[in-house]
Amino acid sequence: MNILRIIEQLSEVDADVLGRFDSRRAVFKSLGNTAQKGALAAAPVFVASLFSKAYGQTTGTGVIEVLNYALTLELLEQDFYKKMKDAGKVPAGAPAGAIDTIYKHETAHVKLLTDTITALKGTPVTGKKFKASAFPADYTTQLVVAQALEDTGVRAYKGQAGALMGQVAGTTSLLQVALQIHSVEARHAAHIRTMRMQTPWIPAADSNLPAPLGPVYTGETSPREDNTVQSKVDITKLGSGYSANDAAASFDEVLTMAEVLDTKRAGGLVE
Amino acid sequence: MSNIKQNASEEAEFAKPLYTPIKRRSFFMYAGATAGATALLLSGCDDDENTNVVPNDGTISLGSGDVGVLNYAYALEQLEAAFYAQVKATPAIDFADVEKNYFNQVAAHEAIHRDFFKAAITRDAPNQIIPTLTAADLNFSSIDFTKRASVLGAAKAFEDLGVAAYNGAGKYIKKADYLVIAGKIVSVEARHAAYVRDLISNGSFANEEVVDSMGLDKAMEPVEVITAASGYLKVKLDASKVGK
Repeated sequence: MNILRIIEQLSEVDADVLGRFDSRRAVFKSLGNTAQKGALAAAPVFVASLFSKAYGQTTGTGVIEVLNYALTLELLEQDFYKKMKDAGKVPAGAPAGAIDTIYKHETAHVKLLTDTITALKGTPVTGKKFKASAFPADYTTQLVVAQALEDTGVRAYKGQAGALMGQVAGTTSLLQVALQIHSVEARHAAHIRTMRMQTPWIPAADSNLPAPLGPVYTGETSPREDNTVQSKVDITKLGSGYSANDAAASFDEVLTMAEVLDTKRAGGLVE
Repeated sequence: MSNIKQNASEEAEFAKPLYTPIKRRSFFMYAGATAGATALLLSGCDDDENTNVVPNDGTISLGSGDVGVLNYAYALEQLEAAFYAQVKATPAIDFADVEKNYFNQVAAHEAIHRDFFKAAITRDAPNQIIPTLTAADLNFSSIDFTKRASVLGAAKAFEDLGVAAYNGAGKYIKKADYLVIAGKIVSVEARHAAYVRDLISNGSFANEEVVDSMGLDKAMEPVEVITAASGYLKVKLDASKVGK
């Protein structure tokens, strides 16, 4: 396969062929990634994707899938907080104010993700609801579920950061937008946790809680939240030593899409 | 990582097509280099782009590429860790016991982040790590550590800035492992930010000061962040090449 010859020939019929590659910096990133994996056998596949990126939409189906996954979680959260408001058990004052603030953000995230997917010529998911039969009648348990949803959201967004590397919508970095949502979810999680008299951050002990919270802090392929090793560095042995709890709480962990959509986590709450 | 070293000028020439409008000829040169050379470039990316850490005027360059991002994070975490170490050592007289306890935990988190970056950069790019920032490099003269309100105000500034810094730097990271690490830390910073904000005014954990109408937290460019932090720094940090 002579990629240079193909490009040369294309340039005769399409003067802008190099511009097409040029404007899509992600192409070079994927070239790098392919090479880094040593996947030389996949070269024809890579070349095909190079051209589909140059001539097709920049955003692959993988990115739309990730955005729709994020949208699913946001729709779930939005509907949960709507149900919480409608149920009328949230005390007036600070608690109701906080739930209003969070609901407003989840609604904004739904709109932003829907608009982005549409702009990228994808089809945004709709109609995802929080399962009515799983909605708790009492305020205390509603807050437990809210914590589960927010801490799941933090782990879920983090888990997709790699998939969004180098991805853009126009000139906007999709990764940056995802990070900007991710930290808002973390702020929500911290506040909901303090409403429940928990530390705003996730202590090691949370990984051993009973359902529905416990599974949020565990993982099958991802580390549990009580993990104390980051990038092969044993955090407890840094400096003059740190407690396992501080080591665990100072880093949040990822969850994969499959883990999040498992029925023991958010997947079991979607209707 | 590979220990292959390239000198800075070779590297700059080689990386050019990634960052500058590509010319037809250089594209062919690049493509012609084939996957093997690209692997060389990528595997070498943490060790190359040799930077002058301390130029003559005393400014510390944070460096470029992924190492620049790591040094940038390391500098900010050193600043935060030093602040909370002081909060822990001389807690405000009007702190509640639970607040003292929680700030001791925050101090541990930030010290861990600092020590982690030191360990990771020392391992992955030992010749490019920025120096340890000492007390002489920092300036906390605007903070009254005896007063809760003053400490909370500074803590809010540090935490919100930290969140915006990581949010803005993520797109510059080229190695997925580093991006995930940054993601694991930024959400903890956001938790700190929310906690401190709620202590100042309950319910302000994610108010319109930090979250816009699209539901997005702030994201700031490295140079903006360093400018914003400069009031707390005596040493000059140059973030102009971070991620570049």
